[in-house]
This record gives sequence, structure tokens and C-alpha cells, in this order.
Amino acid sequence: MQSYVWRRLLAVIPTLVFASMIVFLVIRIIPGDAVDLIIKNSPFMENTEEVRKQIEADLGLDKPIHIQYVQWISNIVFRGDLGKSLMRETSVSNEIVSRLPVTFWLGSLAILFALVIAVPIGVYSALYQDTLGDHIGRSFAILGLAIPSFWLGTIVVILPAILWGWSPPTRLIPFSQNPFSFIAVFISPALILGASLAAVTMRMTRTMMLEVLRQDYIRTARAKGLREKLVVTRHALRNALIPVVTLVGLFVPFVIGGTVVLERIFDLPGVGQLLLLGVMDRDYPVITGIFLMIGIFVIFTNLIVDLSYGLLDPKVRYQKN
Amino acid sequence: MKSELILDVQGLTTVFRMEDGSEIKAVDDVSFNVKSGETVAIVGESGSGKSVTAMSIMRLIPNPPGQIVSGKIHFEGNDLLSMSEEEARAIRGNKISMIFQEPMTSLNPSMTVGRQISEPAEVHSMITSQKASQMSQSLLDAVRIPDSADRVSSYPHEFSGGMRQRVMIAMGMSCNPKLIIADEPTTALDVTVQAQVLHLLKDITYKTNASLILITHDLGVVARYADRVHVMYAGKIVESGKSRDIFNSPQHPYTLALMNSIPRLSNQKKEKLKPIRGNPPDLSKLPVGCSFNPRCDFAIKQCFHEKPTLTTNNRYQSKACWATINDK
Ligand SMILES: Nc1ncnc2c1ncn2[C@@H]1O[C@H](COP(=O)(O)OP(=O)(O)OP(=O)(O)O)[C@@H](O)[C@H]1O
Ligand SMILES: [Mg+2]
Repeated sequence: MQSYVWRRLLAVIPTLVFASMIVFLVIRIIPGDAVDLIIKNSPFMENTEEVRKQIEADLGLDKPIHIQYVQWISNIVFRGDLGKSLMRETSVSNEIVSRLPVTFWLGSLAILFALVIAVPIGVYSALYQDTLGDHIGRSFAILGLAIPSFWLGTIVVILPAILWGWSPPTRLIPFSQNPFSFIAVFISPALILGASLAAVTMRMTRTMMLEVLRQDYIRTARAKGLREKLVVTRHALRNALIPVVTLVGLFVPFVIGGTVVLERIFDLPGVGQLLLLGVMDRDYPVITGIFLMIGIFVIFTNLIVDLSYGLLDPKVRYQKN
Repeated sequence: MKSELILDVQGLTTVFRMEDGSEIKAVDDVSFNVKSGETVAIVGESGSGKSVTAMSIMRLIPNPPGQIVSGKIHFEGNDLLSMSEEEARAIRGNKISMIFQEPMTSLNPSMTVGRQISEPAEVHSMITSQKASQMSQSLLDAVRIPDSADRVSSYPHEFSGGMRQRVMIAMGMSCNPKLIIADEPTTALDVTVQAQVLHLLKDITYKTNASLILITHDLGVVARYADRVHVMYAGKIVESGKSRDIFNSPQHPYTLALMNSIPRLSNQKKEKLKPIRGNPPDLSKLPVGCSFNPRCDFAIKQCFHEKPTLTTNNRYQSKACWATINDK
């Protein structure tokens, strides 16, 4: 097991290098550039060749792109430094770290809500296949898939405000002061983000459950004289949920994308908001920093999912060699 | 041998409703019994209704599409079919256990073998969970799996097909059942392993004085391991009797055809194997008269318009057939 984990970790390195190059390059390909924006936003600067050169030199943008890359990556590797924001001159690493908890809470609550809602409904749908309850459950799943979360989010913010003059809380109270108020802020956005994940999870759970219930070992369990409840919980559920774990791993990039939208709508000071700001300002260090962090995070959650899959499914555990 | 009846099936009829709304009789008016300590075989081609008979006794026919529409199944004097689900459940896996055809898929892949073996005893509250592992271990010993102490915590994929079938047998024995139903327990296994598994099964039922219903389509297995045999065709029993009698002198043309279609070691004349001609019956459009008539070498006029019933002739052998077998 240990050598397997080591090998998997080692295999992550080339992926990371490749990802960092793409992140670094792609940002520079998109049209518009930071120098233009800096000049436009500053009343004292004129858009002359000279001024441009000066700004580019200050920001280090005048060097060839591969030199820029090497500088950037070695700062990260040796000093853990993602550079400074071009616009605000703050440390990108510090900004990300201070905003991370918000995004983390939003994302994890969304996944938690998705599972808590979807797994029971999926199991119910499979057990009572083609009944009214199954149809209702599946209709909700399709709705959840079809409704974009930016629309649902906007409605949830605006509608209560219009109707009752109430809107979901958005002011962050530090967790240490009042954990309940802190989490309360995340409930509506996490539910909205969770709803779209719940749809996929529910369908997956239902399909897997139906598949597993057809298996011969379920017949064996019934032939042992187990109550149907025990057949489902002890023999069917575990086997049906193994693939659902992989699904959670696949959710991670999707959830991160979702947090960008929902942080904006609910005005939560998370990494997603920072990313939006960065993109609007063509603030390369901010964007590349966040993308790199997302990349690392996705790679490692996939690794963790793969490893936990091995714990759940005994067959995988022994096929590692 | 005691001749006390342990199981008495009378007029069992199990139907399946098809997609198009029609019904097929997978088991049609089947009657037979099993005495204490006896091995009774049910033979027949694929689709003849052997498994459905077994699952009806277990009361595990999936409804829908299936339903037991008539008949009685007396087990130790009580009718299984008129019991509540809860009463039937208390017997299932406890006094009657079943071993399935597919050892590769009949075990839960994500549960240890030890846990699965002792599970029947645990659900029928015969043992506490502390004793469960110990019990699984001694059952693994009983089915002659080496290193039982380590093997209890293994998972099914670490076992070969033959070993898994031994595990299934161990599982079937965990409550000391009165009746074991083995549904083609060796069909999926290598020939050499088949004999070992059947031997084990026979040995274990003999030691515990359990009765055995052995479902197979191999008449050679019947001759060797069963006391009595019932031959099924298209949901009906077409011939029954002592297995030696039937093996030596089959009276029904279908039984004879089955016999000619299997290799026999005792066959000195090196006769060619003859597969049964024609196709297995389609239960949704059975012919008028005897269901076997399109494939029968001996059919007479009566066979095409009148259904034969099971009648006992000489030497306790019964057959449902109008014709007589004559050697050419
Ligand atoms: N769940 C089901 N739904 C519909 N029809 C079924 C079902 N189970 C069995 N049948 C039908 O009942 C008939 C008898 O099937 P059964 O499984 O008893 O055959 P068998 O004698 O055990 O054959 P085999 O040797 O292949 O195991 C078949 O025609 C089959 O199509
Ligand atoms: Mg069968």
C-alpha cells in the first residue's frame, strides 16, 4: 500500500509541471492586457510607448516569456511565493490563504448537502422504481440539472427581498465568534450549488442501486432470511455507493467553478471573488496563482478519491501491484 | 432410513407475467416430496423450471413479474405458502438453505467471507457476534478450506470458483438446516472440482442428516448422488422414480434423450452422443397435447391432442407419456 501511494505521488509531479505551464501561458493569450488597464485607470499616465515600457519593466513583463515562467515557478517552489498582484501590490499567496476558508466552507457544504439530499432519494427511487415517489424524485433531479445555479442564486437573493424585504445573510461573522452565524451565511449558496450536484448524485445512486439489486449476491442475502431492510443497507448500499465516491472526486472542479459564481452573487469574500477581480484586471499573478492552486487541489483530491476507493472496494486493494 | 416427510410439494404452479401481458407457467402443477435425510434430484434442460421450483420453495419468486398461483408446500408439516412473510423468513436460510449456480457472483464482493458465512446464524439469532468468527472458521474447516484462520477475513475475489462454492456450502450449513437446495452447484466449475464439491455436499448432508434437493441437468450426477429423481420438461414433471431405476431404464422419451446426450463412462459400445433434436420449448406457445411431442421419436397420435398425466407403473417409476419406448 505504501509504495503504491508513493508511486502515485511521484506521478503527480509531471502533471503539475504541465498544468503550471498551461496556466502560465493561457492567461497571456487572452486578449486585453494589464498595462492598458493600469494606464487607463491612472489619471497621471499617458498611453505612450515610453510609459508602457516603464510599466512593463516594473512588472517584469518585458522579459521573454520562458524567463518569466522560470522566475515565477522558482519563486513558488523555493519560497512558496506566488508573486504580487499587479493592481494592488498585495501578496497573492496571502490573499488566497486569507480567502480560502470561505471557499472551502462553501464547497464542502455544497458537497455535503448534495450527498445528504441525493443518496437517500436515489436509494428510495431505486427501491420504489416507477412509483409516484420515484417519478417525483427523478423530476427534481432533472430540474436540478437544468436550472443554472447563477439563475437560482439570483432568484434566492432577489425574490425574498422583493416579497418580504428579507435577504439571506451575507455578513461574515468569524467562526470563532459564532459558528452558527458563520455557517448560516453559507447555507443558501451551498444549497444552490449542492442542488446541481445532488441531481447527478441522485441519478448515479439510483442507477447503481438498481444495478446492485439485480446482482446474485442480493439473491443470496435474501435466501439467508435477511429482512429486506438489512439486504438493502448491509449488502446493496455499500456496493452501490463505491462509484458514487468517484463522482464526488469529479465534483471538485465543478464545485470550484460554482463557488466563483455563487461567491459573486452572495458577495462572499472567497477565492472565487478574487479570481473574478483578477480576470477583470488581467492581473496575471492573481489568476495564475489561483489556477495553480486549483490544479493542485484537483489533482490531490483525485488522488485521495482513488486511494479511498481502494479502502472501500477490496478488489482494488489487491490489484495495486 | 427414516421415511418421515420433510418437504411435500403439491400441485405447485408458478407463473410469470410477460411484457406483452401474457402469462407463462414456468412451473405447472408440480408435486413431489423429500424424506428426511434423502437426496432428491431435479433434472431437466435449461428453462424447464428447476430454479423456479426451488425459488418457490424459498418463497423468493420476484413479484412482479412472478407469482405462485396455486399449490401447497408443506415443510415439517406447515404450509410455507400460507405463512406470513415473517414466518417464512424465519425458516428461509435457517431450516431451509439454498446454494446457487453462480459461485463467482453469489458472494458479496465487499464483505469478508467469514462475515458472510456466519450471517445466517447471526440473523436467525443462533449465535452472538463474538462467536461468529469462530463459527465461520470451523465451517471453513468443515468444507475443507485450508488456513481457515486467515481465510475468514479474506474477500471473495481471493477465492477460486470451487473455493467459493465451498464457501457457499459453509454458508448454507451455518444454521444446521433440515433441507438444502443446491441449484446446479457445480455447473460453473471445472470437471475435477465438480466431483469434489458434490462429494463434500453429499458428505456434509449425510453427517448432519439433512435432506438435499440437487438440481442439475447431468443425469450422471443424479445416478451417483441422488436417491430419487424427478425429470422436468416445460414446467412439468414428466418422469420420476428411484435414480438407479431411471438411469437403468428410462421410461419417458425425454429422459432417454437426456441420457443419450451425456457422455457415460460405462458406455462400452462408444455410441455417439446425440443432442436432443429440436429446440427447447417456448413456454408461451406450447403445442397441443404433450409438450414434448415436436421433439419426440416415439410420439403416437394421442400425444398430439391429449396431455399425458403422471401415472405410476411398475416398480414405483412414474411417467407422463402415452407412448412406449421401443428400441428401434
Ligand atoms: N424473473 C423471471 N421473469 C420472467 N420469466 C422468468 C423469470 N425467472 C424464470 N423465468 C422463466 O421461467 C422459466 C423457467 O426458468 P428456470 O430458471 O426455472 O429454468 P431452469 O430449469 O432453472 O434452467 P437452467 O438450467 O438454465 O437454470 C424460463 O422460461 C424462464 O424464462
Ligand atoms: Mg436454473
